[in-house]
Amino acid sequence: MIFDVENETLPREELQKLQLRRLQDLVARVYENVPFYRKKLDERGVKPEHIQSLSDVSLLPFTEKQDLRNHYPFGLFAVSRENIVRIHSSSGTTGKATVVGYTRRDIKNWGQMVARCLAAAGAHSGDFVHNAYGYGLFTGGLGVHYGAEELGATVIPISGGGTRRQAMLLRDFGATVLTCTPSYALHLNEAAKEMGIDIRELPLRIGIFGAEPWTDSMRNEIENKLGITAIDIYGLSEIMGPGVAIECAKVKKGLHIQEDHFLAEIIDPETGDPMKPGEVGELVFTTLTKEGIPLLRYRTRDLSRLNTAPCRCGRTTARMERVTGRSDDMLIIRGVNVFPSQIETILLETEGLTPHYQLIVTRSGNLDNMEVRVEVDEAAFSDQIKNLQRLESKIEKNIKEFLGVTAKCKLVEPKGIERSEGKAKRIIDMRKEQA
Amino acid sequence: MKVDQLSIFLENRAGRLAEVTRILSESGVNIRALSLADTSDFGILRLIVSDFDKAKENLKAGGFTVGRTTVVAVKVQDQPGGLHNILDMLRDAKINVEYMYAFVTQTGADAIIIFRFDRTDQAIELLQKNSIAMVPGEKLYKM
Repeated sequence: MIFDVENETLPREELQKLQLRRLQDLVARVYENVPFYRKKLDERGVKPEHIQSLSDVSLLPFTEKQDLRNHYPFGLFAVSRENIVRIHSSSGTTGKATVVGYTRRDIKNWGQMVARCLAAAGAHSGDFVHNAYGYGLFTGGLGVHYGAEELGATVIPISGGGTRRQAMLLRDFGATVLTCTPSYALHLNEAAKEMGIDIRELPLRIGIFGAEPWTDSMRNEIENKLGITAIDIYGLSEIMGPGVAIECAKVKKGLHIQEDHFLAEIIDPETGDPMKPGEVGELVFTTLTKEGIPLLRYRTRDLSRLNTAPCRCGRTTARMERVTGRSDDMLIIRGVNVFPSQIETILLETEGLTPHYQLIVTRSGNLDNMEVRVEVDEAAFSDQIKNLQRLESKIEKNIKEFLGVTAKCKLVEPKGIERSEGKAKRIIDMRKEQA
Repeated sequence: MKVDQLSIFLENRAGRLAEVTRILSESGVNIRALSLADTSDFGILRLIVSDFDKAKENLKAGGFTVGRTTVVAVKVQDQPGGLHNILDMLRDAKINVEYMYAFVTQTGADAIIIFRFDRTDQAIELLQKNSIAMVPGEKLYKM
């Protein structure tokens, strides 16, 4: 079912006209209201009236995650705080989180976009949505929640954690739609099995999974084990949250981008130049309608490509290929963004440690596991086992506290960490080979 | 009365211990006493050697993390109650033994026990006061 037939099936020519009008309005708004953008545009000698066609987007400056951090917390907001009705924030060490704000209209638009996504995944009013995305500063929980209500579904705001209880309520309430990270879906299934609950026999028919990269083989596994249709949803808090793009259940090949709200580009991550249509590059979004914190050409670091060919589902919006990788070294561990630089900071702040470390990520069962290998130098070394074990648990505790992920710390000999051309290999991600 | 002990960090994998003995052997350094403490991931090798500085230098050059720890070598009569007597005395003085290991001398009449105390200076004072024989480092290295 198409939730918003008018906007989701606009002929592309009309869609592009709408995008241009909105882009012109956006540039005028940020020029007027966001000193950061006014300065950037002035430096380039670009005035709002210079935007005459969609390709003029290339006149605009990029926005990086670091720009949001530099203007922490509210420096890039385009409206006064009184007009912001909600704040969300992404993971990050203290003081380095990226903070986003939504106006009343942003929240309404977001709800509609998520409702479109749920409908594209095959849900409809009257469905029962078991929403296991975390509620709170993270956009996942509340984002899906409002969309499900907008669709006219019944929401179970169960949030994350308490897996056995989740399995019990999944059975007792008879939810028909499950929303969470793909790895959590498998974890939930294991817990249910242990309790003697076979999810395949429950009314559940659709799973809408996102917030971490997953493969088609994982989709097959989930679909077989849970007896459901598994759909990929894409989003990021800087742009809005979940619902920026969604697979349609009919075709399941590429995620439809909400193009009336977002202008998507694919660029060369090295040069910033646009890639040719159909080529893989970094996904960049400009928020066309957002009021709270509108962003010009936000660099997602996600690698993908765009397909504007008509889709059998009837939507005319461009489809982005499932994100295949990242142009930087960010890791997503159980839905939490982790940058090696954050681990480095924690090690440096934990007494006596050199920044020689390596992150080993594996997936055992259905959950991501991260091991942090740290080289022991003379300053950190002790002749007593208990002191070294204390050091290990201190590192584990600090990582948990600052990043919100559980890691296992392992001390290794100096030079025990593989170095190539003098540069240490920081990340060994074995999830892909295992998947 | 203090003895320098060499402590070496070892990953728990095959060949690491042999790498230490290879370096010592090539440096012409003799091992007087040793103990190995281990966890599932790593171990700490503790050595009393004939030439501390040479051993440390060469092990460091070989890529090992090494440390110097002050321990005390106590001569204990090789007969029942020999060790108990000493531990009793330490307990009364509330001195904690972090770890210890023993070896028997070539003459066989005495055992030598290497102690790592939480308070080394107080321990030495206590042992001296009670006329417990200790082996100074210089003598131990040459034994």
